[in-house]
Amino acid sequence: MALTTTPDDLGYTPPSTKGLWSWITTIDHKRIGIMYAVSSLVFFLVGGLEALLIRTQLATANGTLVSADAYNQLFTMHGLTMVFAVIMPIAAAFQNYFIPLMIGARDVAFPRLNAFAFWLFLFSVVLLTSSFFLGGSPDGAWVGYAPLSTQIQEYVRMDYYSIGAQLLGFASLAGSINFVATIFTMRAPGMTLMRMPVFVWMSVVSSFLLIFSLPVIGVGLWQIFIDRNFGGLFYEAQASGDPLLWQHLFWIFGHPEVYVLILPAFGIVSEILPVFSRKPLFGYSFVVFSGIAIGFLGFGVWAHHMFTAGMGPVAEAGFGLATMLIAIPTGVKIFNWIGTMWGGRLTFPAPMLFTVGFIAMFLIGGISGVTHAVVPANTQQHDSYYVVAHFHYVLFGGAVFGYVAGAYYWFPKWTGRLMNETIGKWNFWIMFIGFNLTFAPQHILGLDGMPRRTYRYAEGMGWDVWNLMSTIGAFLIAVSFLFFIYNLIASYRHGKVAGNDPWDARTLEWTTTSPPPVYNFEEVPVVHHQDDFWYRKYGVDEDGRAVKLTPEQAGKPDVVVEEHGMHMPSPSYFPIIAATGVALLGAGLVFISSGPIGFAVIALGAVVALWGIVGWAAEPVTREMH
Amino acid sequence: MSTASHAHPTPKTYWLIAAALAVATAIEIAIPYIEVLDPVRAPLLIAFGAAKFVTVVAVFMHLRYDLKGYRYVFGIAVVVAILLFIVLLAVFRAL
Amino acid sequence: MATATDDVFEVDGQTDFESTGDPIHRTRKTAMWVFLGSEVFFFGAMIATFLLYRHTTDGGPGAEIFNIPFTSASSFVLLMSSLTMVLADNAFQKSDQRQGRIWLIGTALLGLSFLAGQIFEFTEFVNEGLTISTSPFGSSFYMLTGFHGMHVAGGVLMIALLVAFSLRRRLSPDHGMNVELVALYWHFVDIVWIVIFTVVYLLQI
Repeated sequence: MALTTTPDDLGYTPPSTKGLWSWITTIDHKRIGIMYAVSSLVFFLVGGLEALLIRTQLATANGTLVSADAYNQLFTMHGLTMVFAVIMPIAAAFQNYFIPLMIGARDVAFPRLNAFAFWLFLFSVVLLTSSFFLGGSPDGAWVGYAPLSTQIQEYVRMDYYSIGAQLLGFASLAGSINFVATIFTMRAPGMTLMRMPVFVWMSVVSSFLLIFSLPVIGVGLWQIFIDRNFGGLFYEAQASGDPLLWQHLFWIFGHPEVYVLILPAFGIVSEILPVFSRKPLFGYSFVVFSGIAIGFLGFGVWAHHMFTAGMGPVAEAGFGLATMLIAIPTGVKIFNWIGTMWGGRLTFPAPMLFTVGFIAMFLIGGISGVTHAVVPANTQQHDSYYVVAHFHYVLFGGAVFGYVAGAYYWFPKWTGRLMNETIGKWNFWIMFIGFNLTFAPQHILGLDGMPRRTYRYAEGMGWDVWNLMSTIGAFLIAVSFLFFIYNLIASYRHGKVAGNDPWDARTLEWTTTSPPPVYNFEEVPVVHHQDDFWYRKYGVDEDGRAVKLTPEQAGKPDVVVEEHGMHMPSPSYFPIIAATGVALLGAGLVFISSGPIGFAVIALGAVVALWGIVGWAAEPVTREMH
Repeated sequence: MSTASHAHPTPKTYWLIAAALAVATAIEIAIPYIEVLDPVRAPLLIAFGAAKFVTVVAVFMHLRYDLKGYRYVFGIAVVVAILLFIVLLAVFRAL
Repeated sequence: MATATDDVFEVDGQTDFESTGDPIHRTRKTAMWVFLGSEVFFFGAMIATFLLYRHTTDGGPGAEIFNIPFTSASSFVLLMSSLTMVLADNAFQKSDQRQGRIWLIGTALLGLSFLAGQIFEFTEFVNEGLTISTSPFGSSFYMLTGFHGMHVAGGVLMIALLVAFSLRRRLSPDHGMNVELVALYWHFVDIVWIVIFTVVYLLQI
């Protein structure tokens, strides 16, 4: 549907979309989503390079590509990059772009806070990555266990860790609060909570997981920082401090975090399957409630990462039991997804291929996870490659496949063009084969005793063949991503024009143009069903089959009448200023023990942050209010 | 928008609640000095603290008169946090 | 005719007060309560750490160093600042900007007195041999009370901004900051202190 409204009809003048300044001052959730997505892809290449270096080092026994010290930094940064600079932002990209569209809103609750969160995220990952060149990268693993993380104070490496993760936490917290406020209070009329798309539900659960878990690791990270720079004794065994406290604080965040990484992907898959099965999601309420259950239970299993830490049999039994319990709601979802496909008229374009791949690979990862829950077995598996295999199956086979599926599914909505199907199929199969070749052998390596986080292994352990296979697989994954990137670029330029609804889908984002106008909808819809869009297009015959409605049967869509025009937020430069200030403050803190430069940067950061925050508070939300 | 006043506390209510909180605080401070109460000191102090906490949240922060959603969000946070940290301290046998 | 959603964040029929019905205000209040929920975990983790280390004095001073009468006075001051804050909020609701500003300034002054008391107390403790690097007890005590103090300071800053905005133009819903939200934050900082005072100073088990 061509856009025929003029600024006078809209009641406001949309801001310019040209030039760098328009991106710097944007508060449009869609543009912010795109910026998150691009950042995620760039850092995927960084994290991927780190992975290839690791795998090349391990391709043969007694590898000599990198030193032990460099290797420690590589695997630490690989983990930090992939978790915080790739998966979190790609989830944020989809959530930012689609939550308002899916609930019939024109933007998120706090557009400037949204922009602030993005810029703080970007500056924080840049700060963290710059560590390679400025003082050395964190080298204590992404889990940063004390006292290893606190005791080596000659280098700033783990200060980058402590502050970098802290800043990223603030960014994620800001984003999560925004999403919750949006989802709870800005839904279109008629969209009750139980009519929301599953992607929105999974997003609200994952937002709450972050809101409640980030502060806990925040405390832990400050404790590491204080121990490193102010003589704190939180984790100092010599003073009767307990390093185990860090492990608890870390994993109280760390476990909910893995659900944060996967739940949005669960949501995406729950959107894609019904569309390409031509059937509604099987057991919507079960999928929703199991998501909520995972949220709650996710706070009760953290110490299953610590079964070898000597907590005692009562704690171990309790957490082992809770961990087995949490497999149930996850299993429920898998059955619901299968149930959705069962009896449907299935087609397998690229989004569906990646989705089915997701289900299969996540299932494998989930099963190895359940084996971890068995405490005696865990003592064998802990810190071995079996664990590495498990979490890559759920995080790559699961999350990455899910987010790539989302990319293929929603690319037409972002750009107005479809991604190339042929390249998509090559992308999928190479990635599928490469991924399994990389990580399946690691189960064997782990059970055969190969420890993780070790820069080389001796000859004669029987590990050579599996490691070589794994490395070849890793390079295949790299090749598959070349296909993906090529597909993104080529399709953006020459892809087939998509129109509003190329997949004949079910949710509200497909009712508007591709890409949507800055205000999302010409008219805000009034919602009468779950999958409301589907019911605008289809009725049901006597046999319960979907019948496409004629325009006369469909009638005029029910919409909200906005007498005073749209209320749209205005662009602002204060979010990026505030984010710059906070990031500078962080950078100064990293170097607080390195002399006056640290204090100077802190002072500068504080001034800039204050300028940004006060300006933001003083500025009206909209230039034009009716 | 109509403004119903029946559920909205008045300044007088606020002053009264503040006085009650002050008295409660005075009692709390006295309790550790009263040796007879030593066996029940911890539960008593926790009870007083909890009562003040709930009073400030319900009246000063309006939670009693406001939308239920706010109560659920904050209430769930408090309950989950308390349970979680009890489990944590139990694992350390520090409870 | 738009149908209302029917869940716990929707307003049905008569509202308690004007601000509850205003959609933008509801959104902001939701966000503030959610943020306060996260702060429960932030302070919860620090309180749990303190409880873990309450006896880990490593030969240095422990709870005997506390001056209960002095801290009680500070606690009373902070408690009363919640009263002045709610009176300020009440005044602004009735559009009495001047009265509101007076109560806001009173709140800020009480907050600053509390902070002065904290600084005095910490200085005494340092002189008596308790620093952040004396023992895990010292580290966790100063971290907990230090972060609390920083939150109070942040609150005082926000109150100052409210007073400034009120002077330059009326505080209005169009501006993100408003008294009710700052008041929620301020009361929260007060109830955190209620917990800290009970757990750290009074309980001493």
